[in-house]
Amino acid sequence: MVDGKKLVVSASPHLRAKDTTTRIMLDVIIALLPALGAAIAIFGPRVLAVTATTVITAVLSEYVARKVMKRHNTIGDLSAVVTGLILAFNLPVSIPLWMAAIGSCVAIIIVKQMFGGIGQNFANPAIVARIFLLISFGTAMTGWTAPLSWKTDAVSTATPLAIVGGESAEALPSLLDMFLGIRGGCIGETCSLALIIGGIYLIARKVISPKIPLAYIGTVAVVMLIAGKFDLEFVAYQLMGGGLLLGAFFMATDYSTSPIKSNAKIVFGIGCGLLTCVIRLFASLPEGVSFAILIMNLLVPHIETIMAPKPFGTVKEKKSKAKEAEAK
Amino acid sequence: MAKTRLDGVLQAVKKVRGGVKVDHHKNTAECEVVRMPVPAKVVIPMQQHIGAPCEPVVKVGDEVAVGQLIGDTDKFVSAPIHASVSGKVIAVGDVKLPNGTMSKAVTIESDGEMRLWEGIEPPKVETREDLIKAVRASGLVGLGGAGFPTHVKLNFPADKNIDTLVINAAECEPYITVDYRECIENSWDILAGVYLLKDMLGFKQVIIAVEDNKPEAFKVLKNIADHEHDVHDEVKLMVLESKYPQGAEKMMVQSATGRKVPPGKLPADVGCVVMNVASVAFIARYIKTGKPLVSRSLTVDGSAIKEPKNVRVPVGTNIGDIIEFCGGFSKEPCKILTGGPMMGLAIVGTDLPVLKQNNALLAFSKDDAVLKPENDCIRCGRCAIACPMSLMPTNIVKAAKAKDPEALKQLGIMVCMECGSCAFACPAGKPLVQHMRLAKAILREEGNK
Repeated sequence: MVDGKKLVVSASPHLRAKDTTTRIMLDVIIALLPALGAAIAIFGPRVLAVTATTVITAVLSEYVARKVMKRHNTIGDLSAVVTGLILAFNLPVSIPLWMAAIGSCVAIIIVKQMFGGIGQNFANPAIVARIFLLISFGTAMTGWTAPLSWKTDAVSTATPLAIVGGESAEALPSLLDMFLGIRGGCIGETCSLALIIGGIYLIARKVISPKIPLAYIGTVAVVMLIAGKFDLEFVAYQLMGGGLLLGAFFMATDYSTSPIKSNAKIVFGIGCGLLTCVIRLFASLPEGVSFAILIMNLLVPHIETIMAPKPFGTVKEKKSKAKEAEAK
Repeated sequence: MAKTRLDGVLQAVKKVRGGVKVDHHKNTAECEVVRMPVPAKVVIPMQQHIGAPCEPVVKVGDEVAVGQLIGDTDKFVSAPIHASVSGKVIAVGDVKLPNGTMSKAVTIESDGEMRLWEGIEPPKVETREDLIKAVRASGLVGLGGAGFPTHVKLNFPADKNIDTLVINAAECEPYITVDYRECIENSWDILAGVYLLKDMLGFKQVIIAVEDNKPEAFKVLKNIADHEHDVHDEVKLMVLESKYPQGAEKMMVQSATGRKVPPGKLPADVGCVVMNVASVAFIARYIKTGKPLVSRSLTVDGSAIKEPKNVRVPVGTNIGDIIEFCGGFSKEPCKILTGGPMMGLAIVGTDLPVLKQNNALLAFSKDDAVLKPENDCIRCGRCAIACPMSLMPTNIVKAAKAKDPEALKQLGIMVCMECGSCAFACPAGKPLVQHMRLAKAILREEGNK
């Protein structure tokens, strides 16, 4: 006979799927690696210094913040590493390292931990940090280094979207260069190829649903097609320029700040796309991804409330009323 | 209603959304059901079903025989209890049930003879009322695990327009193979049961549902569906994708007919009756022999069981004795379950009786019993994707923590059938079913105010 004291008694189910939070975050890190590799090739070894700074600061701030708040340590879930990586990808390679470190602190301490830690933040930490740095250190945040110039002397350049927008008279990089990421821009946003590989990996691993990226990118494509009077080249520069792919695959899909249900995800993606287009076409900023995602982040609770799923078998009110009327 | 046909086999009319892919662990699929030697004593609780408990009708010192009535009630939602061994009643008193509640129970010391009660005779079944009366007298409860008295299910008003009988052979819970064995070993009983129920209760169609990971059962059931009795081709076999919880009642109704059972309603409200395949076979046997439900098949398995088996045991047999019969423990058990790993009940010890509705006994060693640690919710939404009832478990947890009954009502918590898909899928290891139960309790409490 078995003594009850030695038996575990817990609520069902008694089986669990193998996936853990850490494994999911590890997948995101793996998905970001191609873009990191491309960035090192394009912008040189300083990419590593910036990335290391943001990642280490992010993990350290998470550790300290949890300690001060007397909460259990969560750096093991790797989410702080992901935040650090994505923040680094959103910075120009020439940024002073101390600024990058401040960005990480803002992301982790203010945006993430002060609102309760993982899963509780209402806005994407990396995006808020990027916007914070953009407002605080405008010049440093918009000083773009020309691609592949790190071996000789770093030359400054303009981003393709600034050129397309007519803010710079430089020659546009070719579409192939755009695809491979040989252009001016933030560390991790330039190589479309690497970002698409990472995105496909995440979708294949079922870490993210393709709905948000497809709705987001698709909306931008359609709007830009109309805005550009069906100039396909213009659309291609819009899709591969700026941080659209990085944003669509890695930032708009952030669990905490995007809707859960699939139809709400599509609405969220379309919203991100429309706002990005509005900002790119009409605002004084050439780049709209960060602000678009941030604004949509804030709308997520409302989208979810409006689009709340009906529990299984719930009869739609209109239908049942119609039926009642029929019965009468 | 359009149905896709694949050489006479139906596919789900409307596929079940959500659910999870679980490892099947059907290790005992090839183990023929063996009879356990007569236990020295059995403890037969008076509450082995959903509904009113029975009152003992025997007293200490009485001689009883197999199949003799020992507990009954005049309440409708209940099922009578019969002696499962022959021998002497040595105690009538309270015992603890596996779920921790107390129930009256009759303890019988076995004389080892398994003498049948002389009062047993096949019931006369000529009308629908006869059948329902007979099913009640047989003591049958849903053998799939829930233990709802079957006669209540069958006693639907004639004007309710019930047209479909769904026979559930899905057995979507991992490990359990008793229904599968029933299909293979007792196919004639299933055949007889299917046509009996169809003819007596006037179903327009009978749909036998099986998952696609059970090819042998499929063959048997296909023969039943194609049998020459079925002159109007009203009995059909439906093959379902093997995923959990295909076998849940509402899911079955949806797959078979495309109808959705509204919240708080029963399959009968959308014209369906769902019955477990073993229950159907039992009804046929009872009509033939008159021997009530006194024994049942169990899958005994899990990483801590030395010789996994399918065994047939008298109701009320001590769980420890059954495990002993299966070679005892191979490793130190850390968790013991009655029922499957997704919805089964973790028990506090082995000194408990087997109930009518138990379909498995699983024992796990520490490696399989200790679940991943709980972390914070990351809002990945996997619980909502997994929920077959289209609920938002993560939001329900929040509303339950805030003790907000209004929000819980809005979120439809009462629709939750506690299938465990959400908790299975959760990467943060949240005990979501526990939270769901808590949420229901909050809502019930509010209702009582």
